[in-house]
Amino acid sequence: MFAKKHIISMRDFSRAEIDHILQRAEALETFASERSTDILAGKILAMLFYEPSTRTRLSFETAMKRLGGETISMVSTEASSAAKGEMLADTIRVVGEYADVIVLRHPKEGSTRMSAEMSDVPIINAGDGAGHHPTQTLLDLYTIKRESNLRNLNIALIGDLKYGRTVHSLVYALSLYGAKISLVSPEQLCIPSDIKEDLTKSGIDVYETTKLEDVMEDADVVYVTRIQKERFPDLSEYQKVAGSYRISLKSLKNCKEDMIIMHPLPRVDEIDTEMDSTKHAKYFKQAFYGVPVRMAVLSLVLGCDV
Amino acid sequence: MKRELRVHPIRNGTVIDHIAPGQALNVLKILGIVGTSDAVVSAVMNVQSKKAHTKDIVKVEDRELKPHEVDKIALIAPLATINIIRDYKVTKKDKVILPDAVVGVVRCANPNCISNTHEPVISKFTIDKSQSQIRLRCIYCERTISENIAEHLL
Ligand SMILES: Nc1ncnc2c1ncn2[C@@H]1O[C@H](COP(=O)(O)OP(=O)(O)OP(=O)(O)O)[C@@H](O)[C@H]1O
Ligand SMILES: [Mg+2]
Ligand SMILES: [Zn+2]
Repeated sequence: MFAKKHIISMRDFSRAEIDHILQRAEALETFASERSTDILAGKILAMLFYEPSTRTRLSFETAMKRLGGETISMVSTEASSAAKGEMLADTIRVVGEYADVIVLRHPKEGSTRMSAEMSDVPIINAGDGAGHHPTQTLLDLYTIKRESNLRNLNIALIGDLKYGRTVHSLVYALSLYGAKISLVSPEQLCIPSDIKEDLTKSGIDVYETTKLEDVMEDADVVYVTRIQKERFPDLSEYQKVAGSYRISLKSLKNCKEDMIIMHPLPRVDEIDTEMDSTKHAKYFKQAFYGVPVRMAVLSLVLGCDV
Repeated sequence: MKRELRVHPIRNGTVIDHIAPGQALNVLKILGIVGTSDAVVSAVMNVQSKKAHTKDIVKVEDRELKPHEVDKIALIAPLATINIIRDYKVTKKDKVILPDAVVGVVRCANPNCISNTHEPVISKFTIDKSQSQIRLRCIYCERTISENIAEHLL
């Protein structure tokens, strides 16, 4: 039986709990595309989005509807005008009177943890500032499970490893699976030292490099993230750096037959579109997997574990 | 009188001993002894301890410490001892105990943390004692603090 009420941060989860969610997602996957089910009929999901989002919002909505439930939502424009000045704590209490579960995206780090403390209904974190986005991590793990293998995994994380919250949660979760992790980034965007310490403390084999070529040969999974222009003092520096991490057909030269490429999306040009038709490209599949994973999470926090 | 006693003995009060060198003034700050205070206090810094390293000592007359004050001292001087002096003698000696969590004691260093807004929330940190240097982790944003903890005390 799944005992977690809220989904706030990957740090709250044991490997067994993550495995349970992923198994649940697998069981629900057929209802994510071919036909729906009605196990959450009569339940209402409230979506509180204080920051814009497309994919996350649509996939939660899809997940709830595929399970036979209903959704109500407040999007960022309303949050910034109508509810101006209202404390998040109050909004959570009020919305908890309407809905059975709340999905929250908010610009302040820790906002979902605070909300969970004062909420009678389950809170699911859909991004708290630069903090966490646990369902993204869960869908990343699910993609690896379905398209590659979580056991004996050799994964390369590419791009902005300093600011990217997806990378930090993912790295933490992968450490629970004993993955071998390669970190590829320009020096100014390398992973924060406390995260690296945590990894080595948990006995994880970490390899750091600035060169993409160093990792392509051995990787089972290549996880690409976006490098943002804003992180660089000038455009030419950015272009030089970003260009050297771009994945194209040329990057495939020595890669494994069954290597997969993932990306949290949206991409700009860090993966050449010529890659899309290769068997390695799994980023659109990854986006789809967001639906069964969110179905799993919604059904579990609502006590529906059959 | 013992050799170690560099200041005059006190009749009643508290001696905070084995403070990490350099932290005596921060201990005074924790006790609210700053600027114009009528507390009778002495602080010695960087004295040789029997255990071959240096330490700071703070002595406060006619005062015993509250638990939340002791928690704060533990954060910046995890080896300190609190000696209660009654009638010139040490009547009680306790090592400070580093708690597993502190509530309302430290301000999160992350300006974008929900605990630094007008929301009704009290700062809360868990304490990782597994390394020689302690590390505090905000339970809200998960940002850690391990250096200059004194600067983050509320
Ligand atoms: N009456 C007093 N007035 C001021 N300081 C005192 C008084 N009595 C003891 N102290 C100080 O309190 C501290 C603890 O005294 P104690 O006699 O227990 O020393 P100790 O045996 O060295 O203890 P420890 O093992 O904790 O270092 C010492 O720093 C000592 O100088
Ligand atoms: Mg002594
Ligand atoms: Zn914080």
